[in-house]
This record gives sequence, C-alpha cells and structure tokens, in this order.
Amino acid sequence: MEGTMQTETTIRAESGIESGPRGPSCSLRHFACEQNLLSRPDGSASFLQGDTSVLAGVYGPAEVKVSKEIFNKATLEVTLRPKIGLPGVAEKSRERLIRNTCEAVVLGALHPRTSITVVLQVVSDAGSLLACCLNAACMALVDAGVPMRALFCGVTCALDSDGTLLLDPTAKQEKEARAVLTFALDSVERKLLMSTTKGLYSDAELQQCLAAAQAASQHVFRFYRESLQRRYSKS
Amino acid sequence: MAAGFKTVEPLEYYRRFLKENCRPDGRELGEFRATTVNIGSIGTADGSSLVKLGNTTVICGIKAEFGAPPTDAPDKGYIVPNVDLSPLCSWRFRSGPPGEEAQVASQFIADVIENSQVIQKEDLCISPGKLAWVLYCDLICLNHDGNILDACTFALLAALKNVQLPEVTINEETALAEVNLKKKSYLNIRTHPVATSFAVFDDTLLIVDPTEEEENLATGTLTVVMDEEGKLCCLHKPGGSGLTGAKLQDCMSRAVTRHKEVKKLMDEVFKSMKPK
Repeated sequence: MEGTMQTETTIRAESGIESGPRGPSCSLRHFACEQNLLSRPDGSASFLQGDTSVLAGVYGPAEVKVSKEIFNKATLEVTLRPKIGLPGVAEKSRERLIRNTCEAVVLGALHPRTSITVVLQVVSDAGSLLACCLNAACMALVDAGVPMRALFCGVTCALDSDGTLLLDPTAKQEKEARAVLTFALDSVERKLLMSTTKGLYSDAELQQCLAAAQAASQHVFRFYRESLQRRYSKS
Repeated sequence: MAAGFKTVEPLEYYRRFLKENCRPDGRELGEFRATTVNIGSIGTADGSSLVKLGNTTVICGIKAEFGAPPTDAPDKGYIVPNVDLSPLCSWRFRSGPPGEEAQVASQFIADVIENSQVIQKEDLCISPGKLAWVLYCDLICLNHDGNILDACTFALLAALKNVQLPEVTINEETALAEVNLKKKSYLNIRTHPVATSFAVFDDTLLIVDPTEEEENLATGTLTVVMDEEGKLCCLHKPGGSGLTGAKLQDCMSRAVTRHKEVKKLMDEVFKSMKPK
C-alpha cells in the first residue's frame, strides 16, 4: 500500500499521524491530522494547517442538563478556548458558527435528550484559524463515532487590494488582505454550510472565492478519506 | 381549530402556507415587514434612533465620551457597540450577564462597523496620542419578534447619522480640553450598510425577514450586509442547511433591492427633520 502513496505523505504507524499531499494545483498549506490522542474525551483530533494548530475533544452522546435538553434531538455545545487570555465575545461568536455548522450535519435525531460537547483549544494561530477549528471539530466528531450526515471542512480565502485570490492565508497575508472570507462546505454536494467574512468585496468576487473554496475542499476531503482509511486499515 | 393544528404541528402548518407561496401573516416570501424609524427621540443621548420592523423594536442610543487613543493607533478613536437582549423583549432571555445571542449580535454589529468603514476612526481623533472620542452605541431590544440583526444595523446607522459632536479644542497652556457645546457638527458617514436576513426552510426555500416563529422553525439563517455600491460588508451564515451559489445570487439581488428601500426611507426621515 505504501508504494502507491505520493512521496510527500509520511506515515507514522504507532500514533496515526497523517500529512496531507500537496498537489501542484492546490495552494493550501501543508496539513496534518492526528486522531485519538487524548484518553479522556470520547473522540479527539489535532489538526495542523501550516503553523496553525487546533486541538479538539468531543464528549458525547452524554447526559444533558434538564434545562438544556431538547426532546427530539441532541443538544450540541461548542467551547472555543483561545491560546492566551479568557474567552471573550469574539470566541462566543465563533462558537455559535461552529455549533450551527455541526448541528447541520450531526444526526441529532438519533440521540434525543443527550448532549454532544465539542471543546476546541487553539494551540497556535498563524492564520486561517476558524477553518482549522472546523476541520479539527469534524475529525474529532468522526473519531468519537458521532453519526453525521456528511463531513464538513473549513476553507479560508483572502482577497488582496488588487483582487488576487489567496487560499489558506497566513496571519501576515490576512492582515494585509482587503477581505478575508471563511467558508464551511459539506462533503456530499459541496454546498455552503457556513460563511463569515471580514472586509469589503463585490458579489462577483464572492462567487469566485466560493468556487475556489469548493475546489480546495476536494483536497481536504480527500485527505480526510485517506487518513481515515489508513487509520482503520491497521488492525 | 387552526390554532390547535399550529400548536401540535407548527412545521406542517407553515409548510401549508409556503406551498401557496405566502406566509401566515399574509406576506410574500420576499416581502419585508413594515419598517418605521424615529430619529432623535432620546434627549440625553448624543444621537438616537428607534427602529420597528413589524413587531421587532430596537432602540439605539449613542453617547460620546473622551478617552485616550490606543497606543498602537494614536490617531484613531473608538466605536463600542453593545446589543442588550433583556427579558423585556422575549421570554427566552434571563437577566444577568449577556447571553450567547446578545454576544453574537454585538460581535456582528462590531464587524459591520469595522468592515464597512461607516465611520473613519481617524475622524474621531481630537489630539493624536492624547484625546479621542469614544462612541458608546447601546442597542436595546424592546421587542424580539425575529430579525434582530437587520433592525440593529438599521438603528445603528440611523443613530450615527443623528449624532452631533461638539467642537473640542485643546487649551495650549493648561493642556485641558475645552468643549464648545454651541458648535456641533454631524459625523461624516461614508457608507450606508444595510442588512438583509433570510431564513432557509427545508434546505431549499428562502424567506426574507423571518419572524421569531419562523426563525425557530427554519433550518438555517443567512444575513447579507450590503453598502450602496453593491459591495458586501458581511456575509453571515452561521451554519444551517447548505446553499448553492445560485441561491446566494438570489439573496444578493434581494439585498440590493432592500438597500434601495432602506436608503429611501432614511433619506425621507432625515429630510423631514427640522434642522436644529
């Protein structure tokens, strides 16, 4: 099986760390994922995109407080902890985005009156943080065995002052960009699940970024598939 | 009997209406509720406005105070928005620290101000490195019947247009600020961001300006903030069912129409105000 792999991927058999293939047409940074690294949560994953790294842990389906229970589906909770300082209003806003994205794909109806908690810890932030959080959350949900309708991935696009599109920008590129758009796309039909943007841009640029993000999401989903295949084929 | 059916099967009740391309309150799928705006009603605030979108009522009061500019940007002032969703507006909220919805709305308004550059923060600076204006924008929801974000954005914009700041000079000898309350000037509003919110039903149908019941039954929401040149300041889609590019295009065109309606309403209101 190793012979058919591309040269860029590296495999570590013991802990299941995977590195993403960098094809010539894809301008995403190098990404890597490690699953099942924490012993207490039901599922955990660490996602690395260039120098940005996020650690996710999932507990669930578990007991829910009576005040928060929903009679016909699972209650999803997301906690995002920044690297330094206490969580603030910006973190709350991001938690809401990640939670609603997860709610759209998780089959909550299979586990009514339970809670599924996703905890994200930012380990290092070098640009495209929200996209990395989304990817880590998805991998952790898969690791926990939570039933999902589709997988989802996060892609960030930056538009600089002369309209050039940049995928997966670094922190420096984000600061210099005119607009930064983050999308969450689902794996079945590449539909737009979540979007949040910063800066001014036109309608045509939005469609352009969306198309580029959909193309880039192919690479991310292929990486998910390969890394999961490799993990479950080791027996 | 219809009321009984509505309580037991709210989604089915709604679907019956949507099949006929209308909604229980008689609106079309792309129609907004009646929007009214009232400017300058709070005498103690430097700028204020009251916006009603159907039953949703948001009041915005802006107070200007002095503050030291940030050390990394000594020629900029501050605009601090805060959305307050109290138990007054809906049974869902409890008193105490702001809940999640209030925090998300505050962050949204802060992003809209930042992205659209509605006010240049440099205009708020009085003396670089020493003194600048801080505009505290308090948006209080008096009645929550859905579509809070649109109402808040509109209220903020109207209140900012109403703000009058007195002239401030720094006395050379005492290094104190002298405020001339008789000479007041309006803020320089560069763009007019207008928000249009949609709710997604059953993964396919898009309805504009959802009421609170519709928001609870919807599978997703989408808010588009546009300025007059058709540029987007914010595309806020917090999860929910997926949308294709074509559906997004429809939303954009509706947002452009809404922007024209809102701009017209605001121009009328400001023209009809008596000059002070």
